[in-house]
Amino acid sequence: MTTTAISPAPRGRYRFPQAVRMEWIKLRSLRSTWWALAVTVAGAVGIAVAVGVNTRDAAADLTNNALAGIALGLLVTGVLGVLVMTGEYSSGMIRATLAAIPNRPLVLAAKAAVFGVVALAVGEAAAFIAFFAGSAALPEEVPAPALGQPGVLRAVVLGGAGYCLIGLIGLGLGAIIRHTPAAIAVLVGGVYVVAQLVAAFAPAIMPYLPIAIVANSLSVVQPVPIEGQLHFLSPWAGLGVLCGYAAVTLVAGAWLLARRDA
Amino acid sequence: MIEARGLSKRYGSTVAVEELSFEVLPGRVTGFLGPNGSGKSTTMRLLLGLDAPDAGQAWIGGRRYRDLRWPLREVGALLEAKAFHPGRSAHAHLSALAASNDIPRSRVEEVLGIVGLGAVARRRAGGFSLGMAQRLGIAAALLGDPGVLLLDEPVNGLDPEGIRWIRTVLRSLAAQGRTVFVSSHLISEMALTADHLVVIGQGRLLADSSVAELSARSVSLEEAFLELTHDSKARTS
Repeated sequence: MTTTAISPAPRGRYRFPQAVRMEWIKLRSLRSTWWALAVTVAGAVGIAVAVGVNTRDAAADLTNNALAGIALGLLVTGVLGVLVMTGEYSSGMIRATLAAIPNRPLVLAAKAAVFGVVALAVGEAAAFIAFFAGSAALPEEVPAPALGQPGVLRAVVLGGAGYCLIGLIGLGLGAIIRHTPAAIAVLVGGVYVVAQLVAAFAPAIMPYLPIAIVANSLSVVQPVPIEGQLHFLSPWAGLGVLCGYAAVTLVAGAWLLARRDA
Repeated sequence: MIEARGLSKRYGSTVAVEELSFEVLPGRVTGFLGPNGSGKSTTMRLLLGLDAPDAGQAWIGGRRYRDLRWPLREVGALLEAKAFHPGRSAHAHLSALAASNDIPRSRVEEVLGIVGLGAVARRRAGGFSLGMAQRLGIAAALLGDPGVLLLDEPVNGLDPEGIRWIRTVLRSLAAQGRTVFVSSHLISEMALTADHLVVIGQGRLLADSSVAELSARSVSLEEAFLELTHDSKARTS
């Protein structure tokens, strides 16, 4: 057997760019990544068209209608975010990863950067395509919204960003919980089930739930209070709170990742 | 060179490794021998910084693992078969690892050739047999052309031809002046492959000597090993 000598080790050391390149190859080399992202876009567009075709009320927030598929599609990017981390634990890959990059917070930061950028790009594509497809599907008597109208472009852009932020929350949960089914259960429970319970028993905190932020703050032209009592967060406040959730889960995940045995 | 000083690790109330100290020198194959559950895998994980020791410290080439600048270029490790995502191809798996340490892409094809996985490199690795998975793990260990190799039970799942192959690989790596540390619970295999042995039982060091010295303690290496490990059990129970 011969081991051919490779080029001598470069100076310096591994840093963030190396970790990012590793994570990018990992993310794009799984077929499930592309399936999940394709389903996200298809779901957003399909629901936008279905809602558009059935719209009769020209006074409704037609932009929000066209973005109705986001709240459902979030689940897919959220689960994909979970799997970016838990897939490493279920397969044993985590040990190869951490042997290659022993700086654990750096690994999670690279995962967040790579997955965040991909989820943002795909989320924006989904939001814009859904907006145009949903507008085109409106009946003749309902005038289609335009990106130039007040608040419309912002609603589409922030709606698309919702995918990325829920995905990053999923990634953080994956790092905290490490087991795929448990992490998905917490994500789905936290985003959807808790919302139902809160709506029934504690409506006052409803505006702070991730699903309410995406559906009622980010993807609307103008947040609409429910029955004059429940005021949803403004779009930018909603974005700030959602970013805060993502940051907290990722920081907690990094902290635990650095302290626990792999 | 690998150096362990006073390594201790417990999981809950179970003591996995206790006060373990040894050195592994370059230029020879050092076998890491012990019965199942004696703490070999735990020790490997402590050396690689995957688990944190409760006490003690380990160094590789004078540094703690987490302080290595290009870990894969300095240490190649095989920890368990199938430490890869089943949905990824062998080629993608090795490419990701290569990217993490600025290892040229050409080296991926090279190690795939060395371990004989060239023909199946683009297939989903989830369909690999245990033997093929083991070869992929060895390819990952060789990827950075490291001076130190840590292999946990590398012959597991290999057929007789594969076992002979890995033996030849290990011996030639050591002959090139590398540090080769290979765990096994198979005494006969270690008798053929290793020059030196570190023997543990119940997480404690039982012997650190050449294969010849250890064999000379009894009628055979196997007898010497069984006497050692039997004594350690008798002492702790």
